[in-house]
Amino acid sequence: MLKIENLHVAYGGIQALRGVSLEVPDGKIVTLIGANGAGKSTTLRTITGLVRAQSGSIQWNGEELLGKSIDRIISSGIAMSPEGRRVFPDMTVLENLKIGAYLRKDKAGIEKDVKWVYELFPRLEERSWQLAGTLSGGEQQMLAVGRALMSRPKLMMLDEPSLGLAPLVVQDIFSIIGEINRQGVTILLIEQNANMALKIAGLAYVLETGNITLSGTGAELLANEKVKEAYLGKRKD
Amino acid sequence: MEFAISVLISGISVGGQYALIAIGYTMVYGILRLINFAHGDVFMVAGLLGIYLSASLPLYAALPLVLLLTVALGFCIERAAYKPLRSAPRMSVMISAIGVSYLIQNTATYITGGQPMTYPVIPFLSDTVVIAGTPTKWVTILTPFLVLALVLALQQLINHTKVGMAMRAVAKDFETAQLMGIRINSIISVTFIIGSALAAIGSMLYFTNFQAITPTAGALPGLRAFVAAVVGGIGSIPGAVVGAFIIGICENVIKSTEFTVFSDAGTFALLILILVLRPTGLFGEKVTDKV
Repeated sequence: MLKIENLHVAYGGIQALRGVSLEVPDGKIVTLIGANGAGKSTTLRTITGLVRAQSGSIQWNGEELLGKSIDRIISSGIAMSPEGRRVFPDMTVLENLKIGAYLRKDKAGIEKDVKWVYELFPRLEERSWQLAGTLSGGEQQMLAVGRALMSRPKLMMLDEPSLGLAPLVVQDIFSIIGEINRQGVTILLIEQNANMALKIAGLAYVLETGNITLSGTGAELLANEKVKEAYLGKRKD
Repeated sequence: MEFAISVLISGISVGGQYALIAIGYTMVYGILRLINFAHGDVFMVAGLLGIYLSASLPLYAALPLVLLLTVALGFCIERAAYKPLRSAPRMSVMISAIGVSYLIQNTATYITGGQPMTYPVIPFLSDTVVIAGTPTKWVTILTPFLVLALVLALQQLINHTKVGMAMRAVAKDFETAQLMGIRINSIISVTFIIGSALAAIGSMLYFTNFQAITPTAGALPGLRAFVAAVVGGIGSIPGAVVGAFIIGICENVIKSTEFTVFSDAGTFALLILILVLRPTGLFGEKVTDKV
């Protein structure tokens, strides 16, 4: 279980997180919704160690993550598919997957997981030798998710997987996220597409200017009037 | 005809030596987007180390030690002068590189007294062979083959090993590379180690031909190698090698005419011409900046 307590982060003079506390229980899909600049990405980046926190704590299965180097955090079973996909454009699809398994040494296991990712995303197998930069946006997103899976994470964090994708592709990606979760990977999902995210999430948090303002099950938040108004585009009548 | 062949052979040879230096420039640029101005001076230090170590040790022990110490120097320069500036603007790192360059030159002046030193004779490499009627040293013949072998090995390393894959990832995207669990500082160190090792090998070949070493002896070959890297498209290893051969041949062709003194100006004229026609160099990436 990932447990964040009273996390404060400042970024180039701006206080991005002001005491965020949240929990990601094992086996669940947890989503963090909020407007631009609310601090969603900062939260994920602080968990991975890309951004330093001022104070607070991030406990991962009882172990403190703050102050640890990124590679140690990744090897403790956390993976992230970053915002904007960030696949390596001049590497092949297969190389992108292999680099996702950079910290692993079990060759046979890596081969097996490449097959597993190809089963989840058959499109990637067809394009195995293609350079990642030549893939479509949706395929690149699949590759970014597949690459994150290659480290065999217990917790996978996804930063805006629906960004800039056609609605049909978004549905595809979300159904695969559900499938990955059923196979035992805990998911922490950040989305601006609150509707999709809340439908899939077991637990959801609303982040506003660096604070958690609401939390509940996905269904509860979907029914919440404030959430409806602010994030689902429905007016109170 | 014989004269033309001998000019061509020495051009290819000196080009090969520039290539070994140019790879160091281009690899560091590829990863850090930094022009490592101290690289030519590392090359000069490798030459001085060759002189001092061979004075007290047999060559078979001195030369590997030169390689080792040059690598250590490259590694230390990166850790001390560039790593602390990792998140600083690129210009600051470049100024730091210029500072390191002067520090090395001044230290070399202090130690040698500024007098030109003579590089030791390496048996076989310095032996004379007659090609196309002109006597030349074995090093001239051997250099292109050695360079080709080293470059092929390097390409193999970059394209087909894990550390090579990590280098390509770091060169493209620091942050995402870190998310894969890659320790970028180790990969950057590996880059400096490879570049310095090649510069050390280059120094053994180059100074066998041009034996006098002064504290500024690294500046000119370094500059020409840098031009070669730009001509080839900075960031590209095959580009640096091809560029270095072009620069080496051009320089020797000009030197064989009555316009010898213009050889460096000629090199730069060529650089400008190529950059006008192909602004990213012969093999340069279309997009040079990180997205």
